[in-house]
Amino acid sequence: MIQIEGNKCDFCGCCVGVCPVDCIEVMESIIEIDDEICIDCDLCVFICPIDVLSSVATATI
Amino acid sequence: MWQQQQFDCIVVGGGPAGTTFAQVASRGGLSVLVLEKDRDIGMPVRCGEAISDKGLRYFHDPDPRWIQSTIDRIKLTAPNGTEIEFDLNDKGYILDRRIFDYDLAHMAVQEGAMVVTKAYVNGLIIDNDMVCGVKGNYLNTPFEIQAKFVIGADGVESRVGRWGGLRTQVKLKDMESGIQKTVSGIEVQSNKFEFYLSREWAPGGYLWVFPKGNKSANIGLAISGYYAKEGKSAQKFLDEFLQWKYPECSVLTTVVGGIPVDKTLKCMVADGLMLVGDAAHTVNPMTGGGISSGMMSGMAAAETAIELLHNKKEPTRANLNSYEKKWRKLRGKKHEKYYRIKEAIFRFDDDDLNRIADGIAAVKEEDRSLRKLFSIAVSKKPTLLIDVMRLFTGL
Ligand SMILES: Cc1cc2nc3c(=O)[nH]c(=O)nc-3n(C[C@H](O)[C@H](O)[C@H](O)COP(=O)(O)OP(=O)(O)OC[C@H]3O[C@@H](n4cnc5c(N)ncnc54)[C@H](O)[C@@H]3O)c2cc1C
Ligand code: SF4
Ligand code: SF4
Repeated sequence: MIQIEGNKCDFCGCCVGVCPVDCIEVMESIIEIDDEICIDCDLCVFICPIDVLSSVATATI
Repeated sequence: MWQQQQFDCIVVGGGPAGTTFAQVASRGGLSVLVLEKDRDIGMPVRCGEAISDKGLRYFHDPDPRWIQSTIDRIKLTAPNGTEIEFDLNDKGYILDRRIFDYDLAHMAVQEGAMVVTKAYVNGLIIDNDMVCGVKGNYLNTPFEIQAKFVIGADGVESRVGRWGGLRTQVKLKDMESGIQKTVSGIEVQSNKFEFYLSREWAPGGYLWVFPKGNKSANIGLAISGYYAKEGKSAQKFLDEFLQWKYPECSVLTTVVGGIPVDKTLKCMVADGLMLVGDAAHTVNPMTGGGISSGMMSGMAAAETAIELLHNKKEPTRANLNSYEKKWRKLRGKKHEKYYRIKEAIFRFDDDDLNRIADGIAAVKEEDRSLRKLFSIAVSKKPTLLIDVMRLFTGL
């Protein structure tokens, strides 16, 4: 799962451009990631210029 | 109200590519609606704002209100600190894109286009595989509008293309992760583009200092996604540079953004849909400059839209093909060459860059012809010759 850190995001859309499954939505000042679709590839984490995103392990049952 | 109207074209995104499309298409007699999700056209400015005189003049005579500084010289700094300076053949400018982008939108409106801000597009209307409108949200109210064509000018995100079935995702290695600070209170020469090249400063990209007059400058860098993977973000690289070079500066603005330094999309159109600008990967992959090339693609797409509507032809993929052909002739083919140069430069490490820079620095400025510079580069890094051969043979 990808975690979005507080209000750090600048809404530039760079992460959207590399996401292979189009599960990131950046509106004027809102960013949302659809965890149901996300495949945890971490490309968005690498490309974000200001370290807004991080990958967190999800508990498996 | 625009929500109740029908348009020939709906443009998603009010950047230079989208508003240039709108201006040219409206002038050609088409009804055009531009939907921009942000509250202001031209803001925030996610750009170093550099443009060549030729690139700007292709569309407009430079308006003094757009120009923050005029550039006629370049300074390159190599990893070991060697500095190389030379005059530009074609002068360049640092624009004020807040005013420039705004004026482009204004010109489109004067030709008859309608521009709406705070209008977020979140899907396409597709009928029998033909894109025929957009869905979105304006001030918390959903809307759906029909049109004969939809133009995806939505920049680096390029989701409109994806919704229309085009493969617009940028590979990590071809996305540059960029950040820029507009700083004030520094000594900087107002006629010079400054570039810093090193894996230490900006791996897989470069760092720029673009003067904006009055002791201020855009200082930014972009690093390749390939290196961003190693865990040090663009922001960390820039903060280190500023701390080293301009520790006393005041930061007036910080912006970030992605730059797709890729070949233009193989497929820029689908039934009822054309992509322009960053959305179609029209940035010059070697320099990362995308203002004038984005505008050029907007203009070419508009010409195609005008031709089709005037000749009463359907906007099928096959008919829209003429836009792709125009683009390839204008810039697409060149950009494929620039992409291969980018790939060759990408392989240079700091030792290669130092050797080349030291070789060039030893030559008097007036003797620095391109041929001379090239032969120095090759003698300092013989494998460059192989890369260049590859470049010209397309291997
Ligand atoms: C840090 C940085 C420095 C740069 N420096 C330079 C430079 O010095 N010179 C140069 O030539 N180029 C530079 N570029 C590249 C240049 O900024 C772009 O190539 C150029 O802005 C592309 O224009 P465009 O119209 O295609 O897209 P954009 O200018 O990105 O416009 C796209 C617009 O679409 C809107 N949008 C996106 N999705 C939606 C949606 N769903 N609904 C409604 N609206 C939407 C966005 O809000 C945006 O306003 C730089 C880029 C960056 C990131
Ligand atoms: S981890 Fe991969 S799939 Fe998930 S949001 Fe980021 S880029 Fe998209
Ligand atoms: S790349 Fe970073 S700053 Fe840009 S929209 Fe994504 S999370 Fe926000």
